[in-house]
Amino acid sequence: MPSKGAQTGLRDDGDTAVLVPGAAGKKAGAGITGGLLKRSGRRSSGNSNSGATPYLLLLPALIAILVFIVYPSVDEIIISFQRLNAFELIGHVTKWVGFDNYQSILSSGTFWDVFGRTIGFTLINVVLIMVGGTLIGLLLNRLGNKIRFVLSIAMVFAWAIPVAASTTVFQWLFDEQTGVVDWSLAKLGFHGMAHYDWMSNEYSAFAVVVLCIVWQSIPFVAFNVYAGLTTIPNELYEAARLDGAGPFQIFRSVIFPMLKPFFFGTIFLEIIWVFGALNQVLLITGGNPVGKTDTLPVYAYLTGVGQQAYGMGAAIAVVTIVMLCLMMSFYFRIIMKQEDEL
Amino acid sequence: MRRSLAGRITFNTIALILAVVFIFPVYWMIVTALTPAKDLFSKNPSFFPVHATFAHFKTVTGVQYFGDFWVNSLTATVGAVLLSLVIALMAAVAVARMRFRGRKSFILMIMIAQMAPWAVLQISVYMIVRNNNMLNEILPLLLFYMAMILPFTIWTLRNFVAAIPKELEESALIDGCNRVQAFWRVIFPLLAPGLMATSLFGFITAWGEYPLVLVLEQDSPHYTLALWLTSFQTQFGNDWGATMAAATLFAIPVLVLFVIMQRRAVGGLTAGAVKG
Repeated sequence: MPSKGAQTGLRDDGDTAVLVPGAAGKKAGAGITGGLLKRSGRRSSGNSNSGATPYLLLLPALIAILVFIVYPSVDEIIISFQRLNAFELIGHVTKWVGFDNYQSILSSGTFWDVFGRTIGFTLINVVLIMVGGTLIGLLLNRLGNKIRFVLSIAMVFAWAIPVAASTTVFQWLFDEQTGVVDWSLAKLGFHGMAHYDWMSNEYSAFAVVVLCIVWQSIPFVAFNVYAGLTTIPNELYEAARLDGAGPFQIFRSVIFPMLKPFFFGTIFLEIIWVFGALNQVLLITGGNPVGKTDTLPVYAYLTGVGQQAYGMGAAIAVVTIVMLCLMMSFYFRIIMKQEDEL
Repeated sequence: MRRSLAGRITFNTIALILAVVFIFPVYWMIVTALTPAKDLFSKNPSFFPVHATFAHFKTVTGVQYFGDFWVNSLTATVGAVLLSLVIALMAAVAVARMRFRGRKSFILMIMIAQMAPWAVLQISVYMIVRNNNMLNEILPLLLFYMAMILPFTIWTLRNFVAAIPKELEESALIDGCNRVQAFWRVIFPLLAPGLMATSLFGFITAWGEYPLVLVLEQDSPHYTLALWLTSFQTQFGNDWGATMAAATLFAIPVLVLFVIMQRRAVGGLTAGAVKG
């Protein structure tokens, strides 16, 4: 998973520390996600001194991408046309099976269950992250310096903690025997929740996973929204208010249009991250209840590595990538259109 | 802006509640790590470490190969970050400052590369590394981590480079620098905060990476901290105190880096440069 974050920095506003995406900040739009789409300012007049220099500068990156990203991806496709189980693996046997793996995947009910679950899972997470992050970003913009600092620091911690640690912590929070969440819920009057086994059914298991992902992802969105808000001139709000716009209308007709590039960019990144979230699902649920919490990456892992059906696992992976690309092609079009304007 | 008192109180209350919600899991991790084992299994959890103890940390640091895990994690992570910074910086300068055929295709490629779903590339990565007889070595891990953070690093650095006013570079050229000198003397110092911010995120990604190390490193001396932490429960059962101590130790370098770098990553660029 790519790192959660734009080039966000704690900006020092007197006694406030505020996260601002991109020290590049104001000028380059709002952080990476803004930068993805919006490049304000003059057209780069272009040093036309180029010649071979740019290609030489790009060479190492190209080689790295070819060797470590393209090659494994191609290899994954090749493997997906093989039968590669423990036997073939040990004996270094290559056994081609054509589209057999794909056929058995696409005709199996399990795959389509997993597929639907993955879409739902991605959708729920991304909606919660975007709505929650935007609301908290708006809130940050309204707070006084001290309170904003407190909330920012709290969110930085949630954001910075590595996933392997946060999943462990969430398991402990929701532990059946001594978990503090069960205890608190029981104290609050939900006595049925005392010693509740969250992994007993897929809904509560997913609830824990979603909570963990959303909790860690919201800070990124919130900080970016807040940083974007600080670039909107006050006069715009005032003009809108004079025209009698309420808070919701201000959001719709002032804030949203200004931050649109950012929203596009962030949703793009969040979909990729959530769709590919293997750790959180695998580590928190441990694959339980069996088969009911698998998302596509988990399913590919459990089939490929877990059951040592590498060819089959690779085929699932390829299908997953294709699905993701289809979902993303929409975004590429928007982004490349923006690059045209450079 | 004027706001009603009631409104301010409402917002502040919401903000404080949210702050508690966000910090609580991290707080709970640390408190648990400091709480004696017998208190962890008492009927009511204690929310403050009254009888704080380092016993759990002792258990954790006494684990076999504990030092190796640190060395492995640091080697793979720091190596990957440095390597990707060097490669990305060159590419970022080219993309942000020069016009050439294929520039757009390169950008598109970076974005596609950013999408590489590493979790599902496990199998081929495993096969490639295995066929080169490099399972249980740190080098392949370092290289794949480098590739993993490279697209993002290029993208971010590109934005940083693009944000540096061209005039600065041009005036250096007029003052008699050649392009290389202009880069090292003018652009590079202004990029330092950007490099730091970027490396921070690369560090986080590589430090916590899980799917690849899971298949590439199969013997415990070669584990990274992330892999060790997730296998900890199998090793120690329900010893939550020790598990949380391990999680704390694992998280600390990142949390510390975050706090240090956040502040330093900013200043320079916005403050000094634009006056010119």
